[in-house]
Amino acid sequence: MTETVTGTTTPLTRFAVPGRIAVNGPTETAWQTATLTEIRRETPHAATFRLAVPAWAGHLPGQHLMLRLTAADGYAAQRHYSIASAPDDSGHIELTLDRVPGGEVSGWFHTVARPGDTIEVRGPLSGFFAWPGDRPALLLGAGSGVVPLMSMVRHHRARGLAFPLRMLVSARSPEELIYASELGAETTPVFTRSAPPGVAVGRMTAAHVAPLLAEPPVGGWEAYVCGSNGFAEHASRLLVAAGQPVERIRIERFG
Amino acid sequence: MNVTRGFSGRPRVHNPGLPPGQYDARGDWPVLSAEVTPDLAATDWSFRIDGLVERPHTWDWDTAHALPASAYEGDIHCVTGWSKFGVRFGGVSLDAFLDVVRPQGSATHALAHSHTGYTANLPLADLTGGRAWIAWEYDGAPLAPEHGGPARLLVPHLYFWKSAKWIAGITLLDHDEPGFWERNGYHTRGNPWEEQRYSGD
Repeated sequence: MTETVTGTTTPLTRFAVPGRIAVNGPTETAWQTATLTEIRRETPHAATFRLAVPAWAGHLPGQHLMLRLTAADGYAAQRHYSIASAPDDSGHIELTLDRVPGGEVSGWFHTVARPGDTIEVRGPLSGFFAWPGDRPALLLGAGSGVVPLMSMVRHHRARGLAFPLRMLVSARSPEELIYASELGAETTPVFTRSAPPGVAVGRMTAAHVAPLLAEPPVGGWEAYVCGSNGFAEHASRLLVAAGQPVERIRIERFG
Repeated sequence: MNVTRGFSGRPRVHNPGLPPGQYDARGDWPVLSAEVTPDLAATDWSFRIDGLVERPHTWDWDTAHALPASAYEGDIHCVTGWSKFGVRFGGVSLDAFLDVVRPQGSATHALAHSHTGYTANLPLADLTGGRAWIAWEYDGAPLAPEHGGPARLLVPHLYFWKSAKWIAGITLLDHDEPGFWERNGYHTRGNPWEEQRYSGD
């Protein structure tokens, strides 16, 4: 007896949504040299690194790249990092990196790197977390999880997009809030350890999320969640509890 | 070679178990699912094999546990760069499930799918010969939901995105059909020893 493939097991959800964009091809996956042109401090633990990548294939907000540092003996360390800058035609991209204790790659960026240094990158990679700016976006981030979301905010502004975009971003304190001076009316910061006078201290709660889901925009939100696994679990549960469809929640967890 | 000025990296440790481009995650076990962790009780879990098989079959928690127990002790490798050594999973060898359904001669590939709708494709040869499991224990305890509990596919010789969490079924096919990450730019097979991370690697 042979059974056909259709009509067998029905998944609990319809998460198997397609990626948002055409996926990486040979151009994107080739390693290329990038030159560091600028370093900007964002917080005591995070800095932005601007790279000239002349042959950059272009990216969409939310995409990441792979980065490689090579020692004189040939030892190489590679990591994935989200792209912070909005797509543009400047031939440059920006990454914002937390300094990870004992991190061999982030440690090099924060203590050794200076303009003129060259590294290698390949990308942009993967289409799942990309936001092409084609629908309303609800962004939930914590710590450096704000980085790919900021690319979306910047893209939304640069293009003057009419689709609604809202961001909830969690940080330990105002001093640790990355891009603080750049955030506008689209963003609600949540402070978990210390906050300015008159602002509550605590985790992101249903009270932050529910009002945004109570009156969703036409067509509903595409939700993007980025941060530690603990934050991603917490934030995605808040979204589901507030009525956001599971298949319209895209999660990028650190690791 | 493009040497990075002033980069020395971690102390060199000779580790023949570490595939190229990977690092040892030691005590960490990062969670990288792209979807919401489902609320799935063991009593609601089921696992089905169908497609090009003689006898499609569905197991529930109890009937799956009635199959002979089998463990994996070894290493796992994630495409994001970490590897984890000396992990212990408990469950049942996929061979025991396949013995029940009897794959047809025309079956060459498989599409694994999760209770969330996540999918991953594999050559059938990567699922047979004692190299794949349905796992429900980690380190002697029930597998945590965020790591794929109540039960996940375990194919440790490939990058770990192939080891679909919250496994719901496997469909045998006579062709390769890309799964979730494979449609999002990742390699169709994902062999860490050949560093098959992205499409075209």
